[in-house]
Amino acid sequence: MTSTTRKSAFLLGATQSLPFLVIGVPFAMLFGIVATEAGLDLGQTVGMSVVVIAGASQFTVIQLLSENAELWAALAAGLAVNLRMAMYSASLQPHLGAAPLWQRMLVGYLNVDASYALGLLEYEARPERPLEEKIWFFFGTMVLMAPLWIAGTYLGAVAGNALPADLSLDFAMPLLFLGLVGPMLKTLAHLGAALTSVLAALAFSGLPSGTGLLLAGLLAMAVGAEIERRRGR
Amino acid sequence: MTYTNGEIWGLIALLGLGTYLIRFSFLGLIGDRKLPDWVLRHLRYTPVAVLPGLVAPLVLWPEATGGALDPARLLAALATLGVAWWRGNLLWGVAAGVTVLVAVEQLV
Repeated sequence: MTSTTRKSAFLLGATQSLPFLVIGVPFAMLFGIVATEAGLDLGQTVGMSVVVIAGASQFTVIQLLSENAELWAALAAGLAVNLRMAMYSASLQPHLGAAPLWQRMLVGYLNVDASYALGLLEYEARPERPLEEKIWFFFGTMVLMAPLWIAGTYLGAVAGNALPADLSLDFAMPLLFLGLVGPMLKTLAHLGAALTSVLAALAFSGLPSGTGLLLAGLLAMAVGAEIERRRGR
Repeated sequence: MTYTNGEIWGLIALLGLGTYLIRFSFLGLIGDRKLPDWVLRHLRYTPVAVLPGLVAPLVLWPEATGGALDPARLLAALATLGVAWWRGNLLWGVAAGVTVLVAVEQLV
């Protein structure tokens, strides 16, 4: 393996990540705004983006904290949102599983929706690529995205305090989540799971914050899995 | 929000650790072995099982209106979901939702 092919794989990954930055940076800024509005200080807000680096779960936790949820319920709901990444991890295994431990550990940190999607697209298009190129391609997809996620959070946290309060910003987060969910509704099973989630979450809304959502989530996963089992995918 | 500084940092640390272990899990520890199909089948629906339930009360009972149903927000939410589904794209959906939200708020 020459360092030239490694470098070109790395640069290819970085190039292909560019469209995702268009979504990622405003999303990061919005997180900075929402988190500081919920009462986190600047260090906590940026710290969460560094340590967790998972947008949807960060928004979930902030939403629950702003409702004064139990801490364990906020933690459990945030982790539940990230459970999908176990699927990403399983799906990356055949491609990257043979890499050295330190590289797999770094992939674990950088394994987000966008890098996973870009990586799988590339690996399925060119399965013959050597392992080292696959790894460096993956790192390339995050070389801009990860720093910009953190920098965007910082900017949002700093600039957000200067924004007027009446911009209906309270509703930006629900809209972003719905924008994320829309493209995921590909089959009847997904639709059934989403509908169950809505109805169950509303029905369980009297339960302590976060626990209703967890129950609704488990129920909805079971509904999705059951529809899939009966119909085939 | 009524948490101490330490509670927030503890939450951030545990969320970060747990998220890391989820992401690293199979890649790091399981090797070539495969999860049972029924587990994978459930995991596939995790995002669509959690996110809609998170959003539903915020859409139907918004805090900004004191929990009263707001036609502008409801229509904006439906527009976002519908267009994001139709175009297969987050940004198109959010653009549609924001447009509807602003338009209806102006009209009403």
